[in-house]
Amino acid sequence: MSHYFMIFFNSVFIDNIALTFFLGMCTFIAVSKKVSTAIMLSAAVIAVEVITVPVNNLLYTFLLKKGALAWAGYPNLDLSFLGLICYIGVIAAIVQILEMALDKYFPVLYNALGIFLPLITVNCAILGAVLFMVERDYTVVESTIYGAGVGVGFGLAICLLAGIREKLVYSDIPKGLRGVGVTFIIVGLMAMSFKAFSGLQF
Amino acid sequence: MAKAKDALLDPLFNNNPIALQILGICSALAVTNKMSTALTMTVAVIFVTACSNAAISAIRNHIPNSIRIIVQMTIIATLVIIIDQMLKAYLYEMSKALSVYVGLIITNCIVMGRAEAYAMKNPVGLSFLDGVGNGLGYGIVLLAVGFVRELFGSGKLFGVTILNTVNDGGWYVTNGLMLLAPSAFFLIGFIIWGLRTWKPELQE
Repeated sequence: MSHYFMIFFNSVFIDNIALTFFLGMCTFIAVSKKVSTAIMLSAAVIAVEVITVPVNNLLYTFLLKKGALAWAGYPNLDLSFLGLICYIGVIAAIVQILEMALDKYFPVLYNALGIFLPLITVNCAILGAVLFMVERDYTVVESTIYGAGVGVGFGLAICLLAGIREKLVYSDIPKGLRGVGVTFIIVGLMAMSFKAFSGLQF
Repeated sequence: MAKAKDALLDPLFNNNPIALQILGICSALAVTNKMSTALTMTVAVIFVTACSNAAISAIRNHIPNSIRIIVQMTIIATLVIIIDQMLKAYLYEMSKALSVYVGLIITNCIVMGRAEAYAMKNPVGLSFLDGVGNGLGYGIVLLAVGFVRELFGSGKLFGVTILNTVNDGGWYVTNGLMLLAPSAFFLIGFIIWGLRTWKPELQE
């Protein structure tokens, strides 16, 4: 149990995907102007992460890994070089399905999430989480928890940043630094504060 | 001729993908703690953007609009797989150091963004140049950040000692922060500040 908790805790705080691995930065900077939209985006990211990471894990274990096709009679086949194109295909397909399912069964939620769902397809945080899962050789259960942790970590970071940026309207910033420039520096300071978690051990 | 020059040189400063279009930051910052990784990443991105722009532009009149994203994705992913396999075959150490970030070129917004914004509307030659230009614009920022981080973080450039560090009996005390994630954000912030002070018309 504590092993699974560690994976979750690690991916939320210590290895926060946005602040230590710089993934999903484009969305992170672009969609963090208001807390309400940031919360919506976090919900969408968590949902997509929880589904795509384990699905890609299954794909990797039963189709792509060296010797994974033993059940089909090809024990020596190694298809892992096709990984990238398969993962991105799976992500795009799942986002599309999720979008259609939400549209049909939860139209309110669909309208609220709106443009964020398709945007998530090209969010590096999703593909990044999948690639880290492959690199670290997680099992299906581990990768579900990892996916949830990454999503929550990204959501936490983007909501915090949106909160800071909302307050920033009142401050007097040098002209050249306004907008994106100062956002980068804030993100840097946030990343430093998250570094404080890095010594934690259980 | 003038158009070709614009396509190639505009993305360097006037319309830099990282500093102004805010594209492709995702994979950019993690590889900048050394010059050598930054350079490899730059070459990989220039190759992918240029080739994907040219390929997408060549078939732009035949792609049905509703499935264009998936077609673009397939072309980009194929190019990235080529790069990934090449690195694994010839520069194995480098491919380990870049870890997942080579694969993440697929979701690098520069590649997608240029395909969508430029290659879908312009002829092959111009699109190719635009791809090279945007790759270079990305590379300039990457190398600038990498230069500062490696020089002050470990006193070296491309692995060659420039500032003799205290650990090796020299005089320079290394700045550990430069090797950690936050410094990259600060540096990019300052680069944007400098660029916008130099060219005030770019301010928000």
